[in-house]
Amino acid sequence: MKFENLKSGEQFFLNDFLYTARDQAHSRLLKLIKAQSSLPIDLSDSIIYYCGPSATPNGRVVGSCGPTTSSRMDMFVEPLLKAGLRIMIGKGRRSKKVRMLIKKYKAIYFIAPAGCGALLSTKIVSKKLICFKDLGPEAIYRLKVKDFPLIVAIDSKGHSIYEDI
Amino acid sequence: MKTDSLQHQIDKLVKRASFSLRPDLMNLLIKAYRSEPVSRAKKALGWIIDNARIAEKENIPICQDTGFPVIFIELGKDIKISADDAKRIEKYLVTSYENNFLRASTLDPITRGAPSYKGLSMHFEFNPALKGVKLTFLLKGFGSENKSQLKMFNPTAKLEEIEEFVLSSVKSAGPEACPPFVVGLGIGGTSNDCLLLAKKALLMPLDKSNPDKTLFKIERSLFKKINSLGIGPMGFGGMHTVLAVRVKKEPTHIAGLPVGVNISCHALRYASIKIFKL
Repeated sequence: MKFENLKSGEQFFLNDFLYTARDQAHSRLLKLIKAQSSLPIDLSDSIIYYCGPSATPNGRVVGSCGPTTSSRMDMFVEPLLKAGLRIMIGKGRRSKKVRMLIKKYKAIYFIAPAGCGALLSTKIVSKKLICFKDLGPEAIYRLKVKDFPLIVAIDSKGHSIYEDI
Repeated sequence: MKTDSLQHQIDKLVKRASFSLRPDLMNLLIKAYRSEPVSRAKKALGWIIDNARIAEKENIPICQDTGFPVIFIELGKDIKISADDAKRIEKYLVTSYENNFLRASTLDPITRGAPSYKGLSMHFEFNPALKGVKLTFLLKGFGSENKSQLKMFNPTAKLEEIEEFVLSSVKSAGPEACPPFVVGLGIGGTSNDCLLLAKKALLMPLDKSNPDKTLFKIERSLFKKINSLGIGPMGFGGMHTVLAVRVKKEPTHIAGLPVGVNISCHALRYASIKIFKL
């Protein structure tokens, strides 16, 4: 996916595969990276969506699945970028350090419509459990998304939509 | 499940609170959508309104964070309640979370481990003017709950200092807590009382003004000041950072002035029901 030319504030519709991961999954991935163990997901050119979906009702692909607060994952970002992570999706501001890292690694940070998990669930085509099943909603799932609405919050040059607040 | 059973009533309450927005809140969102001049902020409000309509139509949670369950049980003069009844209410809530595919979001705070449906915040109150029992179920998402603030002011503190504290709480909540907010402010009591008051302030009707004139003035002043912060829906700027400010107070000690702030995201989800037997 080409995203280097996207500018902060621009809208973008994502059609791709992404991994969900939030606090506990990040903590586990970091432990594995530190121990130089093999990872349960391939991070090269990967997309991570900070999300823990609600349970899946019968006949649906997924439950409600909006973004969670990204800043809680700030402290985990660098090793993941080193391992190949390119796109982060969540909600809210990031630390200055993360903004600098995004620039350094030519990554990008998108925000998904916050508090709109029902709407976003209609943009998900498939969902597969990948690892950390015991974490329930905090496990890592692979989602295929179609026309998933996003806004560039920090572009790969490090410009942030939230610079003023 | 009998339609008049406690279990059925609680199930109705959970469904209503998690799948649909209250009409008073929806009206404020629509009003905000119509008047928001910043195009990106308007788009955000449009998403929020569409999301609520999808959730209600398809019976899925408005937000994946189906909250930490908080239940207020207001007991009228003719009601007797036992520890067993409290256990039953808890059990029915858990069952309803599971049956309606809400998210398992609660766990031990130290060992963490696998999230479950266990744990809730239960509050009993007495209301001699009430017949029967009023149950109010609030589903509090933690994106906004994480931004709660407590400050123990000096008793001589000026109202402007309290306002300044609320404004700084809202600024620090920012886009992460999902604006436009409803802000609850609790003044008085002890440290924990003012925080509980702030949470209860969120449950005041949004289409009626505060009957207390002093508190009404504080609400109006804060409403204007917060909306000039420019955070806006989803942090996209614009004139709608807060949809409503609600303030409650109760007596406090001569040596202090406890103030609590509880913020709700744009999906303020609660429902009430009156029942006549447990």
